[in-house]
Amino acid sequence: MPLLEVERLVISFGGIVALGGVSLKSDTQEIVGIIGPNGSGKTTLFNCISGVYRPREGKVIFKGENLLGHRPHEVAQKGIARTFQNLRLFMHMTVLDNLMLGRHVQFKKNPFHAFLRIRKEELIHREVAEEIIEFLDLQAFRNSRVSDCPYGIQKRVELGRALAQEPELLLLDEPIAGLTSEEKEEMAYRITEIRGRYKTAILLVEHDLRIASRLADRMVALDHGLLIAEGLPKEVQSAPEVIRAYLGDEEA
Amino acid sequence: MDLIESYKEELKLIRKPWTKFWVGLLILFVLLLPWYSPEHVTHICIIIFIYSIGALGQNLLIGYTGQISFGQNGLLAIGAFTFGHLVGHSIPWPLAMISGGLAAGLFGLVVGFPSLRLKGPYLAIATMGFGVAVYQTFVNSETLSGGRMGLLIKKLTPVFSLSPTNFNYYFNLFMAAIFLLLTYNIVSSYMGRAFVAIRDNDIAAEVTGVNLVRYKLLAFFISSFYTGIQGGLYALFMGYVEPNMFTFMESITLFVAVIVGGLSSVEGAILGAAFIVIVPQLLSQYKGLVPVVYGLTIMLILIFEPMGLYGRWMKMRLYFRNWPFR
Ligand SMILES: Nc1ncnc2c1ncn2[C@@H]1O[C@H](COP(=O)(O)OP(=O)(O)OP(=O)(O)O)[C@@H](O)[C@H]1O
Ligand SMILES: [Mg+2]
Repeated sequence: MPLLEVERLVISFGGIVALGGVSLKSDTQEIVGIIGPNGSGKTTLFNCISGVYRPREGKVIFKGENLLGHRPHEVAQKGIARTFQNLRLFMHMTVLDNLMLGRHVQFKKNPFHAFLRIRKEELIHREVAEEIIEFLDLQAFRNSRVSDCPYGIQKRVELGRALAQEPELLLLDEPIAGLTSEEKEEMAYRITEIRGRYKTAILLVEHDLRIASRLADRMVALDHGLLIAEGLPKEVQSAPEVIRAYLGDEEA
Repeated sequence: MDLIESYKEELKLIRKPWTKFWVGLLILFVLLLPWYSPEHVTHICIIIFIYSIGALGQNLLIGYTGQISFGQNGLLAIGAFTFGHLVGHSIPWPLAMISGGLAAGLFGLVVGFPSLRLKGPYLAIATMGFGVAVYQTFVNSETLSGGRMGLLIKKLTPVFSLSPTNFNYYFNLFMAAIFLLLTYNIVSSYMGRAFVAIRDNDIAAEVTGVNLVRYKLLAFFISSFYTGIQGGLYALFMGYVEPNMFTFMESITLFVAVIVGGLSSVEGAILGAAFIVIVPQLLSQYKGLVPVVYGLTIMLILIFEPMGLYGRWMKMRLYFRNWPFR
């Protein structure tokens, strides 16, 4: 049984069909690259899986359970974490607190512990957060406000927050966009590391085809809300439909 | 020092020795104050303590969770009258007080319900409706309000042969201190983190697993509980309650306290409470000016000092710390 099975998702906004029946599978610890020109529906697909949007039709089956209609926090509890194309961080909190929020799903939450300052649970999760700080090399920024951190750091914090959830499936929406070429290499390295360390499957939306094909085990291509190619990264990139989709995009 | 020990250290309420020293000095000052100050100053301090509880609650809601409520006058009334009726039926006062808080908390859930759909000014207006409706209900129902004279409440008998004013000073100081500690504990816990997450980015909060409905309503419940306790303590201190103590102006007053003190600053809420108690005292000859002063202060603060009194204090501290060099 695959970890995730997306079946014929359909969603439209006004007249625009953002997803016109997209199906997709992902196995445990697999990295699936998702490519496609601007507006092809990649982010919308993530929003449907994570419960932010409600698709009109289709199924999102995760570990054998249909997640459609679940609220985003329920999807998070099931073991799916994500990052956002345009960062969504808790800007007025410290880096550490952002990571600790990632621990929210794992936290044993007892209001009386909060009221009476019993902090056992806090210490347990703090250790996990510290591991992530080390893994993502965030030590120097641990207690800085996120809004004071440079963009490259913010990207890492968002990845760290998702990792802190210890998800089985990680949705990364353009994790290396906007980074310097040095940072891009680092981030690409970390993404492969994640799979080994945290045993997660990854759906990776990425415009940089060179890096995307290097990271992905398998690749799918979207255009105008439809799946136009699927297979090994090399095959997908050279598929005529994909070339046409990207060229058409450039002409427009 | 190993890692766990240092994490524990970070979770302490007060970390730096110097802070301990200053806080100790402040506590000493507050404890000795009634012995040196004239009685009317002690009286003003009592009112400040009582209002700071509601201001702390409102700050949790507005400053930390990013929601808003202008229905606090209704919640104050519910807390005060629940307390008044219960002690009237010879329920012990601590139990009556907690019941008043819980009653306000439950109605707070009603006030918070629109927050699941509405934001900003729309939420403000919806909650305002609640406050006005509660006020009108008490004004129009003699059974609820205890009639024209209001409800009489038996004041507490002073202990340790303290004068009534001094006794009330220590009693309300104690209550305010409990809520102050409670607030510090909440904001530094997983709960406080979830509140701030909702304020900073509600979609991200949801996606990281924060149940928006639960935590928004929780914020309303907690802040309304604080407000209910404020109502009960005020009634107990005055020795009576009547509906006109809880006009819409009370909601504005608490809002002003939060803005003046500084959003999401626990200490600020206390400074804000002091502000809204002292200003009407200074203007006692010109009562009509109070709302004008509030309005102007809010405008000035939002323009020049969005961090409020607390922010000003922090800047001053920084200035003195770097003193010869700046
Ligand atoms: N909330 C929304 N309201 C209206 N239209 C939307 C909304 N979300 C997505 N769309 C539309 O759906 C289509 C797909 O958008 P989506 O953001 O998924 O594209 P994308 O593949 O992520 O593009 P990019 O590479 O630019 O990030 C676009 O036409 C977009 O305008
Ligand atoms: Mg996108």
